[in-house]
Amino acid sequence: MAAQRAARTKDEADHPSSPVLQFGPDKPLKLDAGTLLSPFQIAYQTYGALNAARSNAILVCHALTGDQHVANTNPVTGKPGWWEVLIGPGKIIDTNRFFVICANVIGGCLGSTGPASTNPATGKPYGLELPVITIRDMVRAQAMLVDHFGIDQLFCVLGGSMGGMQVLEWAASHSERVFCALPIATGARHSSQNIAFHEVGRQAVMADPDWHGGKYLDFGKRPEKGLAVARMAAHITYLSEAALHRKFGRNLQDREALTFGFDADFQIESYLRHQGMTFVDRFDANSYLYLTRAMDYFDLAADHGGRLADAFAGTKTRFCLVSFTSDWLFPTEESRSIVHALNAAGASVSFVEIETDRGHDAFLLDEPELFAAINGFIGSAARARGLGA
Amino acid sequence: MSVNRAQRVDLDVVTDLIPPNARVLDVGSGDGVLLELLQETKHIDGRGLELSQRGVNECVARGLSVIQGDADTDLKFYPDKGFDFVVLSQTMQATRNPKVVLDELLRIGNRAIVSFPNFGHWRVRLSLFVKGRMPVTKDLPYSWYDTPNIHFCTIRDFVNLCEELGATVEKATALDANGQKIGLSMPWWFWNFFGQQAVFLLKR
Repeated sequence: MAAQRAARTKDEADHPSSPVLQFGPDKPLKLDAGTLLSPFQIAYQTYGALNAARSNAILVCHALTGDQHVANTNPVTGKPGWWEVLIGPGKIIDTNRFFVICANVIGGCLGSTGPASTNPATGKPYGLELPVITIRDMVRAQAMLVDHFGIDQLFCVLGGSMGGMQVLEWAASHSERVFCALPIATGARHSSQNIAFHEVGRQAVMADPDWHGGKYLDFGKRPEKGLAVARMAAHITYLSEAALHRKFGRNLQDREALTFGFDADFQIESYLRHQGMTFVDRFDANSYLYLTRAMDYFDLAADHGGRLADAFAGTKTRFCLVSFTSDWLFPTEESRSIVHALNAAGASVSFVEIETDRGHDAFLLDEPELFAAINGFIGSAARARGLGA
Repeated sequence: MSVNRAQRVDLDVVTDLIPPNARVLDVGSGDGVLLELLQETKHIDGRGLELSQRGVNECVARGLSVIQGDADTDLKFYPDKGFDFVVLSQTMQATRNPKVVLDELLRIGNRAIVSFPNFGHWRVRLSLFVKGRMPVTKDLPYSWYDTPNIHFCTIRDFVNLCEELGATVEKATALDANGQKIGLSMPWWFWNFFGQQAVFLLKR
């Protein structure tokens, strides 16, 4: 059973159930780690059609545990796409009007080159032999995919959390290629507290004997217990105390009284265990190490001499930032400091803070005020870009 | 915004002062009524700063470029001369430190436009003089204890502040109770008495 799941992880990494763009030895990916990744591949999905002027493309960047299946049924989980509430025919991001691209990030586990992909030099999965990947590396790879479509300038780049970091990186390092940018529930750097939570997750993975120094796939194993614990800890940070209490309180799980044992007495325990278990079904543990590391390393100001405003100097990109009142992973202050930097750079910027008790994950949910902001921002940007009503 | 919407005759005066395609920052942009007007009639490149999150969210949903922030604390993040015009429309009297705010406006904009209700208007004087009560008019509808307007001034006071800050008054307009402009030839004391609202174009 474990061997079967390990085989599936390898297979999904090398032969995903979505289109794949392969880059041969002539087109290596330059990594911040100082090496070249070659050959490599990007797995992606597209929705809608590119117009003749190639001006209606929207790039969606996914979060830590997201994937390219943003608006179609996920082939691994059978669940709806992770942002289907927002993206689709007739929706706020209308695929009858826009050409939407979403790619699995480099370092991911759903078909873009990552630690579970086969290392051509050894014929075995990379494991920890894959160089550490950064947010900027992910964006560099996405830019190569955008080149492949013959798109000079994306109409919009949007995403939440780690996706928002990619949006900021796009706006900083490829500003002329981004007409408007919509970073949601994110920050220009990972805070000490965020790095701390990620480290707990990584240590949980690495403490699992089935991790085998990262070579678990070679043994037909997966560190599922460790990864589940990592997910349980992280999942708490995506919610809020108020939402947890509203949803679960101190309610007991399928029982009338405490059992005086360590079974899942409380609903919240049972819920977290379920979150952990379903996550390991669809995600690769080494990918989790690489992607959390990428977020930890992200510090846009440090990349620009310590001054965030310099990351956006001279930008013509229109920005809209969104934060949520109960998000303690990327609190409003993180967005506000980006807004101040954009102001200092003289950029066009809107900033909306949305009141909700649903925490960081609010960006993935049906939040009417979020949708109204996205709708207003995309609508006015589309008029400015000459994309009609 | 701290004044009755129906009374916003000053908006037309502000609009007349701004040439087409200007870069404009509206400080205290409220629900975006001025920014929208300027975008429609003058095709400006407009930005807004607004204290209330509700106002900001409305503006952004309507496609305006507005951020949530406080004029008293957040103007310092804007670069020098980043805008052709910075507008402070019916907002000055609600700031904690009007002098600092005005100083920032003159730094950020090539020109500043300030509109405010005149506390030297005869009705205000009469209310204090005859009734001995803080005035509540259709222009200033709040009672003293619940008003967001904490720093009222008269036209004369404002002219003095401009001098103190080294700002040149390039143009000034006073509007009477019917929203009509008061003749240019009239002296300051006349404006200060009959002007219900004032709009100033400043440069430093």
